[in-house]
Amino acid sequence: MNRSKRRTGRRHPLATVALLALGLVFTGGAYAALSSGTAAQAEAEPTSQETIEQGKKLFQANCATCHGLEAQGTNNGPSLIGVGAAAVDFQVGTGRMPMQMQGPQAQEKPPQFTDEQTKQLAYYVASLGPGPDIPADSLVNGGGDAANGAELFRINCAMCHNVAGAGGALTEGKFAPPLTDVSGVHIYEAMVTGPQNMPVFNDLNISPEDKRDVITYLKYVQDNRSPGGFELGSLGPVAEGLFIWIFGLGAIVAVTVWITAKSN
Amino acid sequence: MSTAPSTQVTPKRSFTASASVYVNERTSLAGFVKELGRKAFPDHWSFLLGEIALFSFVVILISGTFLTFFFQASMAEVHYDGSYVPLKGVEMSVAMASTLDISFDIRGGLFVRQMHHWAALLFVAAIGLHMLRIFFTGAFRKPREFNWLIGFTLFILAMGEGFTGYSLPDDLLSGNGLRIIDGLIKGIPVIGTWTSFLLFGGEFPGTAIVGRLYTLHILLLPAIVVALIAIHLVLVVVHKHTQYAAPGKTQQNAVGPPILPIYAAKAGGFFFIIFGVLALIASLFTINPIWNYGPYDPSPVSAGTQPDWYIGFADGALRLIPPGWEFVWLDRTWSFNILVPLIAIGIFILLVVAYPFIEAWVKGDHREHHIADRPRNAPTRTAIGAAGVTFYAGLWAAASSDILATHFSLTMEGVIHALQAMVIIGPFVAYFIAKRVCIALQKKDREVVLHGYESGRIVKLPGGEFIEVHQPLDEYDRWKLVSYESYEPLMIRPNARGKITVGQRLRAGMSRWFFEDRIAPVTKGELEASHSAHH
Repeated sequence: MNRSKRRTGRRHPLATVALLALGLVFTGGAYAALSSGTAAQAEAEPTSQETIEQGKKLFQANCATCHGLEAQGTNNGPSLIGVGAAAVDFQVGTGRMPMQMQGPQAQEKPPQFTDEQTKQLAYYVASLGPGPDIPADSLVNGGGDAANGAELFRINCAMCHNVAGAGGALTEGKFAPPLTDVSGVHIYEAMVTGPQNMPVFNDLNISPEDKRDVITYLKYVQDNRSPGGFELGSLGPVAEGLFIWIFGLGAIVAVTVWITAKSN
Repeated sequence: MSTAPSTQVTPKRSFTASASVYVNERTSLAGFVKELGRKAFPDHWSFLLGEIALFSFVVILISGTFLTFFFQASMAEVHYDGSYVPLKGVEMSVAMASTLDISFDIRGGLFVRQMHHWAALLFVAAIGLHMLRIFFTGAFRKPREFNWLIGFTLFILAMGEGFTGYSLPDDLLSGNGLRIIDGLIKGIPVIGTWTSFLLFGGEFPGTAIVGRLYTLHILLLPAIVVALIAIHLVLVVVHKHTQYAAPGKTQQNAVGPPILPIYAAKAGGFFFIIFGVLALIASLFTINPIWNYGPYDPSPVSAGTQPDWYIGFADGALRLIPPGWEFVWLDRTWSFNILVPLIAIGIFILLVVAYPFIEAWVKGDHREHHIADRPRNAPTRTAIGAAGVTFYAGLWAAASSDILATHFSLTMEGVIHALQAMVIIGPFVAYFIAKRVCIALQKKDREVVLHGYESGRIVKLPGGEFIEVHQPLDEYDRWKLVSYESYEPLMIRPNARGKITVGQRLRAGMSRWFFEDRIAPVTKGELEASHSAHH
């Protein structure tokens, strides 16, 4: 009796030490997880409960204002249940989310989170409901049929993004961004999730291999400059017209002034 | 000792001289060269704008000839098998495949193709600038009205040449352009569909159009252009060149260096400069990258699809029409979204063509004019020109509405509405601003002639008054400022039958509109009065 009374009445002498150690481990661990300097050391495991927990914390701190504490959506932002890891990886990885301000379209900007944090957020959101996953490396690094990709791109993408991927205008201030420096994985994710005003190109519409071909074509355009010289923004006849009026005709009119001035 | 067959002693001549004699004895060219070589050509940079057009046309002819060696105007389907990887194995027309071969597999082909296209853009741009110079200096007045018509026809033909050339590669961009033309034609009531089927040899796009456009592009249109350029230049020689007012320059003479040798040397050098500038641009800057556009397929339309700049005003006119201007009546679709731009552009073109005749009629002036006006001395004409330029510029800008929207972070709707306002209100604003500016400049000229220009030297008079010394103009400068003609509004007079016709009333009204606000040039009397007041 006495013993049991003593047990319940007093803490173990090492309890304080243990508590202190536990606190330090958590603080240090959280620091390590959040610090960009040590982020590269740990790979986020899609299935790991810890990744999802970290993602949830990040989500609640950075995204919940608009998307709700359980990602259920609010008046300011849509529900993210079922959008999949690919959508989060695209939106956060290109800096579009967290959004800088409400506008016709989320603007691209330098990403706010590290790759690992982005993955944690992505797997947290993926854990809420099934959705498109981040694509495998084999699909996003090119190596497909550029000619097939170019044809698919012209048919499905060029009406907004321009044949050379230079971007284009949509209604009410929205626009299709240039694709001149978008990574393969983000192009793939954009196709499967349809960010902002883009339609979804699911796997029945354009198969994963065809998506790889589209990426192969865009990589070709990104890596190979125009054989004709400077592209003038790949904007087509408007840029060409401006150029010939300002620089072509401008230079030659300057010459006419010079030719006729010499005689005076 | 001499064994020469002739006893006549021929003077010893240089090689050039004997060659000239040899040629002249067989062609009698000497008189021609003597006449033409001594023609004076007034010197002013703005008189060389037409030459830019002429010389870029020569570049177009040379580069175009090279391209015809390799281009095949056929719409037969082939699978591309050239060097450009992202199109390998793609089905396309022979026209497209041969253009790709010119670009990638024929030595110098891409350079010449780009030079041809850049030269074409420069050709039309130079014509446009040349026409503006003619308009704003009144160089279309008697006896040059026909040359205005010929020049205008050349401008239209140049656009036709450009558009047919743009359509030849059968790439996505050119196919989209042709589709718009097809739509325009089909929008014309009654004859539209028939005309479209006639042009395309059946339903769009068919298999005939590239061959037909090729014939127009390399045979018919260039033949007419060359013929009209010849007539245009002969008329320039016949009329003599206009000149700006200066001492010694009159309506009867043309003052400037003679064509031989000075002017010819300058013009020859100028040709090589233009050739060089175009070669430099063609070697450094991509134009019409058909490998990006891919072969024509009626389903895709790329963002940023525009015609070349000179067709932009027509494309812009289509873009500015508000939605819903199409309805069904009498079981027919009436496409006013197409008819209104066509009619508006048609009226604009007719006004440009007819302007020299309208102005002559309003003035009732039957004299010849060889001294070019300074734009400020014809305020109403300059203001009308400014209005026309604004109208055209609004339509032109509208063709790039999507590029304006993306590059200046604007909404497409905002751009369109602003340009709609610019096209409708802009010409009036431009008219009033230009007219006021012209009259203000004339007032300034008058002030300078009468009282000299401000020298910046402040003098204190014995009475304590400060004055700024005005420096009188020298006679050469003064001549430029006073020698222009001022017209007064015509009076309405009854004709031989004692009647005042509607035409006369209209003419008097127009004349009042043109010349009611005017600043008369300083007269000799005024000048003397002002001088005696100053001395």
